[in-house]
Amino acid sequence: MLSIEVHNLQKRFGDLAAVQGVSFGVEEGSIFAFLGPNGAGKTTTIRMLTTLLKPTEGTILLNGVDPVHHEDEARKLFGIVFQDPSIDEELTAYENMDLHGVLYRMSRVLRAERIKQLMNVVELWDRKDEIVKHFSGGMRRRLEIARGLIHHPKILFLDEPTIGLDPQTRNHIWSYVKGLNKEEGITVFLTTHYMEEADRVADYVAVIDHGAIVAQDTPEGLKQKTGVASLEDAFLSLTGKSIREESAGSIDQMRMHARVWRR
Amino acid sequence: MEKITTTGSIIYVLWLRQLKRYARSRARVIGSLGQPLLFLVALGFGFGPVYQKAGGGNYIEFLAPGVIAMGVLFTAMFAGIEIIWDRQFGFLKEMLVAPVSRLTIVIGRTLGGATVATLQGCIVLLLSLVIGFHITHMGSMFLGLLFMFLVAVLFTAFGTAVASMLEDMQGFQLIMNFLVMPTFFLSGALFPIDTAPQFLKLIAAFNPLSYGVDGLRAAFGAGGHFGIPLDLLVLSLATLFLLAVGSYLFSKIEI
Repeated sequence: MLSIEVHNLQKRFGDLAAVQGVSFGVEEGSIFAFLGPNGAGKTTTIRMLTTLLKPTEGTILLNGVDPVHHEDEARKLFGIVFQDPSIDEELTAYENMDLHGVLYRMSRVLRAERIKQLMNVVELWDRKDEIVKHFSGGMRRRLEIARGLIHHPKILFLDEPTIGLDPQTRNHIWSYVKGLNKEEGITVFLTTHYMEEADRVADYVAVIDHGAIVAQDTPEGLKQKTGVASLEDAFLSLTGKSIREESAGSIDQMRMHARVWRR
Repeated sequence: MEKITTTGSIIYVLWLRQLKRYARSRARVIGSLGQPLLFLVALGFGFGPVYQKAGGGNYIEFLAPGVIAMGVLFTAMFAGIEIIWDRQFGFLKEMLVAPVSRLTIVIGRTLGGATVATLQGCIVLLLSLVIGFHITHMGSMFLGLLFMFLVAVLFTAFGTAVASMLEDMQGFQLIMNFLVMPTFFLSGALFPIDTAPQFLKLIAAFNPLSYGVDGLRAAFGAGGHFGIPLDLLVLSLATLFLLAVGSYLFSKIEI
């Protein structure tokens, strides 16, 4: 059965086509890596999958639920770790975790148990009562990841979760995620720039570039297809070697400036 | 027995979040008292003698309810507009992907912001008591609190509605100068509506804050213009209307 089903998904911001007709399916209980250079449309796709943005065209199904029209039902199904910060800096680490648990209607006992467990995984339990404002970037990141996992969602979206983390923490986090995936059958949809990470963790990989999918296969399949030894080389041969940072930056800038007033 | 988390407890944690944020930003609490204090001292004592000579009576008694309403108005608007901060610091996303109805989120936030604004109003009330304001009917404290709370809910909802339409802080100055300041100055907080020119009377009649100021004045015993029943009615209707608009606009937010 497919956990995520996307058909001809498109998103335009004015003249700018951020995502242009993307289709893919993610098998239930699998780990799916969505790879692409900066500005390729990964985050826009995730925003549409997670009800934050309405698609211009196309259909999405999450476990058979359409997140565009049945938002709350869909929201119950997934958890997400965002690419950019999303914690309340004025609250303590524990308060952030607990607030999340309440929003997802978890019982008090389960909340306390999971929060302790996860804050130990990311090694923040000792500092649980500190205000997040005083945390370093890495600590905030770890807290966000722990928070996204509290309610054990059916589908977990991880948008570049391990960016800026040391190998030790990355290792911890991926083994926890893999454990969740195995034991609870949670479907994982991730994006990352660390190709060796995707190679190690993912069952299936899709590569997106300029808003369209250019290849999708198993990591092994992609390497064979492109005739190279590593996923990184496969990625480079599929997406080219030019750097995309600037165009990505200007897209974000345009969105920021053009829409000070949303309506 | 362990109870499953209900909508009530979601509203409670969102309410509590606002209170914690308020309590932890002492600089903000103290800073926001500067303005009311300035109004009370500079206007209260400065215009006091003139007002007295013109036969208006004690100006502080007249002015204090208006300045209390100002304290509530500013804090409430800020609490509503905090959504823009939540957007910039990212916490808004966390709330928006949660399986919680948008109305629940707006109610939790609004009640939290309104509680904070009412607290702020109480602090300004204490300040004005120190400066020389008298409450004629101690028994009507409750009515005064009710008016503060209504004004607080009304303008938190208003702030929410406005902030839901804004992407970042660039529009903030616009809101202050074209919405908040006129709302305050054209509400009869500083001058009696009875004797104002016709066009000012008309504007004040369409300004919901006028009814809050008037209600507070009536409750604390310094007379009134519209009368308490009308004040209550207009404030309640405006509050319900803005809550509905605020929730609608909030539910349309895309990130």
